[in-house]
Amino acid sequence: MDLIRVTAAWLSDPMHWQGTNGIPSRLLEHVALSGVSLVLAALVALPLGLWIGHTGRFSSLVVSSANAWRALPSFAVIGLLVPFTTVLDANLGFTLYPTLIAMVVLAGPPILVNAYQGIADVDDDLVEAARAMGMKERQILRRVEIPIALPVLATGIRSAAVQVIATATLGATFGFGGLGRFIILGDANRDNGELFGGVVLVAVLALTTLGLFLVLERRLVSAGLSRGSAG
Amino acid sequence: MNGEPLVRWDWLLAHLGPIADRVGQHLYLAAIAVGVGFAISFALAALSIRRRRIYPFVVVLATAAYTIPSFAMFVALVAITGPSVISAEIPLVLYTLILFVPNIVAGFDSVPWDVLDAADGMGYTRGQRLWRVELPLAVPLVVVSLRLASVSTIGLVTVTAILGDSLGGLGYYILDGYHRHFTTEILAGGLLSIGLAVVADRGFVLLQRLLTPWAARRTVGG
Repeated sequence: MDLIRVTAAWLSDPMHWQGTNGIPSRLLEHVALSGVSLVLAALVALPLGLWIGHTGRFSSLVVSSANAWRALPSFAVIGLLVPFTTVLDANLGFTLYPTLIAMVVLAGPPILVNAYQGIADVDDDLVEAARAMGMKERQILRRVEIPIALPVLATGIRSAAVQVIATATLGATFGFGGLGRFIILGDANRDNGELFGGVVLVAVLALTTLGLFLVLERRLVSAGLSRGSAG
Repeated sequence: MNGEPLVRWDWLLAHLGPIADRVGQHLYLAAIAVGVGFAISFALAALSIRRRRIYPFVVVLATAAYTIPSFAMFVALVAITGPSVISAEIPLVLYTLILFVPNIVAGFDSVPWDVLDAADGMGYTRGQRLWRVELPLAVPLVVVSLRLASVSTIGLVTVTAILGDSLGGLGYYILDGYHRHFTTEILAGGLLSIGLAVVADRGFVLLQRLLTPWAARRTVGG
């Protein structure tokens, strides 16, 4: 019970809600860097996945390597980047770059695999029908395949988003900013209020991200598709 | 870093024993989590199959647990239960649930009704039907989930290094190397833990082929 009291006290202290080390700026840092990583990963993985799904080219190669890529432990990836990023910049290469690069690198595969799978699973008859109606390949992708594949596409982006938030948190071990800092500092200073305050903030951010993406998915998915499914 | 060579082979050679111990610890921590996680998930899946209404709740809770970043969960537990194996295992087990439960449920759901009817007609008891008919047919999806959970857990064991030097498996070398600015250690820990995940992944693919030879034959035939 004491734990809840000190955590609540730390979270409600106005001192912790201001300045560059305050909760709002750490939250902004966490969200902004996660957003940038997610967008960068999606810019590469989404078109690639759509193209592979539509043409079927390199599908087995890309899917197997992306699945292997997905198995990469984020802790090991961040660590392994350190020796190389420190060559670029002794300071940022030791704090910001390893985690940031890991975030982008680890967000790509779930987006790519789901984009490919979503498009590849679209009924061939539908694609043939669209082709027979005189649609161009690009139109087929945009008007037929993507709308049908949207739930699967969105799932990939959602799991990438959750992964990016978690990797950013883990990055605190390797000098990265964001909400994970509170957990590191709380642990180092034996300040349970700060430690568990950080844990609460991180958990709330991760669950909110998951919730927001789930709501967004419901909104985006065509009514004709969602009517049939139980979800 | 610091003008040293990227890899100091003499350090690696001098530390072969401790590195092997860390590999052992890594596998040991992962095996406990996968084993306990599987047992709990199997019970949850069995319960979900009998009482469908609780299944969505199980999935929501398991998803929520999986969503909470491992770093936060590990450090929080250390503050409560100390730097013990228990603090490492609780999150590791929780993270396996969402990988196991839906796959086990789907595995049992994939057994066709007429097959179950045929087994009943042949006079199988419920227990016999479970062990001789349902389980073998559910094996492919169960092995897939074992593979996912093992690979994911092997990755997460590295994070337990933040609990203290006595834990972490190969993750210890990643963190220690980072703190000491010693590249060789980071590379050894990082590459070996990725290697373990890859070996586990390939191992389970092989296991699946051995356990369900009919699946491979069917694909070849059809």
